[in-house]
Formats: sequence, structure tokens, C-alpha cells
Amino acid sequence: MIVGERKPFSEILSMVEDYSKILVIGCGSCVTVCMAGGEEEVKILASQLRLAFRKNKRDVKVEEAMALRQCDDEYLNDPLLLDKVKAADIVISMACGVGVQHATSFFNRRIPDKPIRVVPGLNTTFMGANLDVGIWEERCVGCGDCVLEKTGGICPVTRCAKSLLNGPCGGSSNGKCEINKEIDCAWHLIIERLEALGELDRLKPIEPYKDWRPSHNGGPRKTVREDIRI
Amino acid sequence: MKSGSNLERLLEKGEFVVTGELGPPKGPDADVVKKKAHMLKDNVDAVNITDNQTAIVRMSSIAACKILIDEGLEPNMQMVARDRNRIAMMSDIFGASALGIKNMLCLSGDHQTFGNHPEAKNVFDIDSIQMIYMVKTMRDENKVISGDEIEGHLKMFIGAACNPFADPFRYRVYRLAKKVQAGADFIQTQCIYDMKRFKEFMKQVVDMGLHEKCKILAGVTPLKSVGMARYMALNVSGIVIPEEMIDRLRGAGKGKAASEGIKILCEQMQELQEIEGVAGIHLMAIEWEDRVHEIMDTAGFLPRPKV
Repeated sequence: MIVGERKPFSEILSMVEDYSKILVIGCGSCVTVCMAGGEEEVKILASQLRLAFRKNKRDVKVEEAMALRQCDDEYLNDPLLLDKVKAADIVISMACGVGVQHATSFFNRRIPDKPIRVVPGLNTTFMGANLDVGIWEERCVGCGDCVLEKTGGICPVTRCAKSLLNGPCGGSSNGKCEINKEIDCAWHLIIERLEALGELDRLKPIEPYKDWRPSHNGGPRKTVREDIRI
Repeated sequence: MKSGSNLERLLEKGEFVVTGELGPPKGPDADVVKKKAHMLKDNVDAVNITDNQTAIVRMSSIAACKILIDEGLEPNMQMVARDRNRIAMMSDIFGASALGIKNMLCLSGDHQTFGNHPEAKNVFDIDSIQMIYMVKTMRDENKVISGDEIEGHLKMFIGAACNPFADPFRYRVYRLAKKVQAGADFIQTQCIYDMKRFKEFMKQVVDMGLHEKCKILAGVTPLKSVGMARYMALNVSGIVIPEEMIDRLRGAGKGKAASEGIKILCEQMQELQEIEGVAGIHLMAIEWEDRVHEIMDTAGFLPRPKV
């Protein structure tokens, strides 16, 4: 899933302090699961904002709302939500960067007579897995050309600090990466996994130069599925 | 001849070679390079010029290599995959060759978090093994990666690094084999202190016949003090310093650790010469270029052979 972290309160406050009608919209998917931008977090941020404005003796209205997925028109197309957006001077989206951009696009398409200002409440950190309660770690950089079948299900593009494709560098020590003893050496893990599978020979051929075109290398990538288009 | 460099010709002749190392300055002063070059001249057969080592910004390797050539020394240009994509690499290799550079060492490069610009974006478009293969294709097939023909011919003696002390240890010789397969003509290893483990590694190398396909140069660095030894063992990945070596430095007494370090190094150099499959030594006297003559003389490696 997409993992996010809430921005520091001071940063969010600086984005909205000049406005008097603020709407905070949470997202009910990935960032709810990683407890960064769901209903609870919307409540917390809205309360923090109200307290801060009250302390500064400012009359600011802070509204709350949710969308199940801010990255899809279908879940933003809610008359109650649109009314709240219309009434606000500024919208804080608690979705990932995809949600913030899609909500900006959608609201401005649906409310053409009033430019809608949407700002991010989160930093989108990575695509990762939930390793334990409160712990997430990156697993995929979305390079667009998966090599996991060759590397025992462990991604060197994402998990090696140098994205090496032909084995561990000279900095691998006791299974850890040279840049941080907290990080596992991806190649150490790959070698162990392939040994266990009896497939270490997979690493013998030189892995050719990677074609980075499917990666984030030339503007936004796009998928069109003709088979499911109406 | 792949490049006709002094290093290649000496190795072809079967001479036991010694390469040195020079770190360019953290600024534009050519005299710093010239001064260090004079200390190394006639004491080693070629000199590695580092490429922003430990990710600290320094004068470019290519420029420092050219200064060395003008001073009458032979450089071995280091190039890291950290800062250049394939386009910049190939372009710089053409430029280096045009300036008379005939040896290069293909490296992944120290991660930028170790340096003075940890907030920089790294490149790692291709890795060190792919870089070796790229230079070999450019040299032997006269083509750039895309397959386009090169105008003229590239001559380059291709080097690669090897750390026999990194983990997983059992895989290290296979990684070396992969570098040889990619086209490495010579290998320079990480600093060796643990001679037992290095001999174990070289046995694997010889058993696989890698020493016959590629010249292996054993890396050494003198220990200047007990503090330096402790620091390196703790902070530099893949450096193993046996306790008895540190004890010897300590036992030398106040102010004498440095000369004891040189003594240890000279013994090591003589011992390395006897190991099957070792074709030479890569002497990394980091910021100790002024002692290289003394080291080479004491170890009995002077004068250097001519070809």
C-alpha cells in the first residue's frame, strides 16, 4: 500500500493560517490503514487547528469530511462533500500525493466557477508493507519492469541503496547495508533466499543494463486498458 | 594490446606491479596534485586517481589524471556509477581517452550519505559490473551501449574492485568471477590486513582459474596509529584488522606506531608477492604519499621495472 506520514503541525498551520474556512478531507484507503490520513487523523488535525486559532483569537471554521478514495472520481462525487468544498476557502487533503492531485483536479472540474485550493496534509513516503504494529517499510519503487522472479522475491532496485542489479557491493557487512546498520543488505537476503531455493545459479549471467523507460523517467506514466474501457 | 598502458605491458611481461593512489584536492589547485605526483613518481607503476571518494567533492578524476600525465606519470582513472548516467560515463570515457588516459577502474561508488552532500540524488543508472561490460563493448566491439558505432577506437585497460572481506564471504569469489566475465582485465582489492582470510580467498580464486583470466592486485594501506586502526576496523565496511596487528602497533611505544605500521606493511607486501595468483600490489598510502618511496625501498620493490 501507499504509506504516508502527517506533516508537522506548524507546516500545515502555515499553509492555512490566512484563511477562515478550512475543510480537512481524509482518505479511507491506504492512509487510513497506515494511520496517517483516515477519519481519526482528520479529527485530530481539525481539533489542533481549532485550538490554535482559538488561542490566537481568530474566528476560523474548520470542517471535516471523508472520501473512501481520493484517487477516484467515483468516491469524490458526493453532493455533501462538494457542498463542503464549495463553502471552504482552503481544503487540506489528508490523502497521499495522488489523492491531493486528483481531488484538486476533480473539485476544479466540478466547481468551475470557483478555483478550489487544495494543500497536502501528508508527506507520501513510499509503497510498502506493514511489518509489525506501527512499522512500515518500502518494498517497491514502481520501476515498471519487475525482476522479482530472478531475485528470490526481494527487490534490489528498491531495497539496495545503490539499486545494484549484479550482486552485493563491497559494503555488505554481517547482512547489513553500509549506509545504515538498521537496513538489511538486499543482496545478502537475495543470496540466502536463492541458496535455500537451490537457485543461486540465477545470479551467474550478467544482468543487462536496465531499461529505465518504464520507470519514472519521462513524465507521468499511463496505463490504458482497452479491454475494460467502455 | 588492449590499451598499451605501462600497467598492461608490465603485467603482460609478468612483472610484479605496484600501483599507487592519489586523492585529488577539495579545490582547483593543480599544484596539490603535482606535489603528490612527484612523491609517487618512479616509485609506482601507475597511480589510481579517485573519483570523489567517500562522496566528498574533489577535483574531477579526469582532470587530475591529465595533470599526472603532464607530470610524466601514468594514471588509472577511477569512475563511479553514483554520479553519472550511461551517457555521461561514455562521454567522459571518450574524453579521458582523448587526453591520454589508458587505464580505468569501474566502481559502484561510496554512497552519498557518507559524504559532504548527503542530500544529493544518486544516479546508479548502471552498476559497476555493467560499467565493465560497457567499456569492454566500447573497446572490443567499437560500439556504445545503443549499438551505434564509435568514431575511432577506444583503448582502455579495464579495472575493477573486489572486497574479499565483505559479506557474504562465500559469494565474494563468484562476484569476482562475474567481473572477470564482464571483461575486467585487472582487479584491485580492498585493503587487506587479515592475511589468513585473503589467502583463503585467493585459493578459491586460483581453484576457479580466475587469476589466469585477470590480473589480481592486492590492496594494502599502512596503519599510522592504533587510533586509525581502531577507527578503520569499526567504521569502514569490509575492513578486518586482526587484533595482533593492533597489539604490534601499541607495543611499538609512544611515537613509534607509524614506523611499526610501515614495517608491518612491508612484511605484508613481501608475503603477498609469494601468494599464488597475486600479480601485484595496490598501495593506498592515503595522505601519506611522502612515505611511499620509503615503503617501496624498505619492502625491496625499487627500482621499478621498465618496459
